[in-house]
Amino acid sequence: MTRVYVSKDMAAVALGADAVAEALSNAGAQVVRTGSRGLFRLEPLVEVETPEGRVGFGPVAAADAALVLDGGHPARLGDVSAMPFFARQQRFTFARCGVIDPLSLDDYEAHGGWRGLTAARALSPQAAIDAVKASGLRGRGGAGFPTGIKWQTVHDAPGPLKYVVCNADEGDSGTFADRMLMEGDPFCLIEGMAIAGHAVGAERGYIYIRSEYPFAIRTIREAIARAAAIVAPFALEVRVGAGAYVCGEETALLDSIEGKRGEVRAKPPLPAIAGLFGRPTVINNVLSLAAVPFILSEGGDAYAAIGFGRSRGTMPVQLAGNVRNGGLFEVGFGITLGELVMDIGGGTDSGRPVKAVQVGGPLGAYFPPSMFDLPFDYEAFAAAGGLIGHAGITVFDDTVDMAHMARFAMEFCAHESCGKCTPCRIGSTRGVELIDRLIAGERRAADAVERLPQMRNVAGGARPAGQDVELLRDLCDTMKFGSLCALGGFTPYPVLSALDHFPQDFGAGAPISSAAAE
Amino acid sequence: MSPTQNDRLIAGDAIHANDYAAAVARLAEDLGSEQSALLPMLHALQDEFGYIDDLMVPLIASALNLSRADVHGVVTFYHDFRRQPLGRHRVRLCRAESCQARGAAAIERIATERLGLRMGETSVDGRVTLDAVYCLGLCATGPNAMIDDVPVSRIDPTTLDRLLGELTR
Repeated sequence: MTRVYVSKDMAAVALGADAVAEALSNAGAQVVRTGSRGLFRLEPLVEVETPEGRVGFGPVAAADAALVLDGGHPARLGDVSAMPFFARQQRFTFARCGVIDPLSLDDYEAHGGWRGLTAARALSPQAAIDAVKASGLRGRGGAGFPTGIKWQTVHDAPGPLKYVVCNADEGDSGTFADRMLMEGDPFCLIEGMAIAGHAVGAERGYIYIRSEYPFAIRTIREAIARAAAIVAPFALEVRVGAGAYVCGEETALLDSIEGKRGEVRAKPPLPAIAGLFGRPTVINNVLSLAAVPFILSEGGDAYAAIGFGRSRGTMPVQLAGNVRNGGLFEVGFGITLGELVMDIGGGTDSGRPVKAVQVGGPLGAYFPPSMFDLPFDYEAFAAAGGLIGHAGITVFDDTVDMAHMARFAMEFCAHESCGKCTPCRIGSTRGVELIDRLIAGERRAADAVERLPQMRNVAGGARPAGQDVELLRDLCDTMKFGSLCALGGFTPYPVLSALDHFPQDFGAGAPISSAAAE
Repeated sequence: MSPTQNDRLIAGDAIHANDYAAAVARLAEDLGSEQSALLPMLHALQDEFGYIDDLMVPLIASALNLSRADVHGVVTFYHDFRRQPLGRHRVRLCRAESCQARGAAAIERIATERLGLRMGETSVDGRVTLDAVYCLGLCATGPNAMIDDVPVSRIDPTTLDRLLGELTR
């Protein structure tokens, strides 16, 4: 019986992989469901096992099952891992994703699984932390805080009860690496969390997964049950989010696990000192924790050997939006934005010119193609007025209206604000109104207060558009420095970058007094 | 309101309240009666009854030793928890940036016209609820939707027509 591999990743299923798998099974093949390789243009991708290795076909329609099995399907790709999109990657974290049956403990072990945990358990907790420090691993959720130092803080915090929490509330548009890993290689995340537990002295962990990821929730729950004996005494539990974007912020996430409204906590105290239920807590993103097994099995130096500046190791970059080769591309830091979007991504899917790319989700800056020489690196992006965030890159063609996207950023912030701090709660709504006025080219009349005789410093007449732009910049400044967390604090990134790089989209009065465009 | 309707409503509520009380007691047994059981309990109740009825709030509060305000605050904070039932089918269209970059706004416009609903509304016959979702994590193959529990990618006007047509059944 021919063995074939078909992805059961949510993205592949959304493109019809279930029907393809059923057709292959009906045609007599033995179907193994895997995660996704990560190039969605090829999904539904079918790989047929042959004496010469796996031969890929994709995309495949359910009606073509027989053609695939006799090798005559026109979309024959040969060895998928040899395709340029995959051959150019450095897959440390995603090595198994798309290759193995995600829930097979045998597959996991045969592909190097549990070696990191075994190595960690042979070390003292301090030595395990030292390995993570040596790797230079920084928080992959977006903040880029050194993981080893966070672990050290929790390790050094007094108290018998500590927690490991995985932030799998991947709400940023343009990102799907957490989802792919949880669906395609869930044991890798579990192993990383067990290592964290050993390193900091925690026996209990939570994985907080957003409710929009039903496939990941199912897979992780099953994987936890199957791996329970291996990671014991470390025990894991899944918590399902409830549609609140702000719960991706770590302290809001902790409150949500505790059964409260997902409101952001003021820091300090840091979660590492007083986190979940007031106990010292490691809270890391999925990708940070999933990078740890490699670091422990291959050594921190092997991980740190590639990278750029202070950004060490690899980043699973996600190419999204209007891009031809959309998918997951894990590569060492330092590759330029232009290489990612144009060479690897292949430009837009629509075939039109690229107008802008948003890096780092809804709170990330928009960059024009003139900035494509930026190296992918935490510091370089910060210096350019942006952030790499969770490394999602959303590509837009020249039909996009950047004033509309700036408005959307404010609207999204208003929709998702937890309401605890004023700059985010009120500022986002005022921001939408301001941008609406700019787009409409309206001039705002002086209101009742402004007409009072006491307000003698106010012009009194209708406010010109230039003043509205200044007001918008001032509002962004308040949100950036006055908000409690990244939701209000980073919403100015997309707004200001759109204003700075694409002033022509904001109407005639817009390009005035730009601090960044000087 | 006539007395008979009112009586029926009250009687109906009593039946529901009994079901709710049994469910909450069972869940408190399974999940524990700590505050941290609140979200899992709300998810379970919504899975079972379709929405979080206001009548559940005092029952949950008492089972978890919380105030009704605490429970109400959590129910209304999270977008997932509904205080009214959904339609028999649920169409969720992604509205986030990556889907916008691939034409989601046009798909949303067509869907609202075809169904005669605004985003967030349920049809009068209770057949379908149209809703927005902010990212399903299928960002390279948008516009995306969840139709009931099925994810669908690369939606164009033709597939949208077919998908919405299937919901009449």
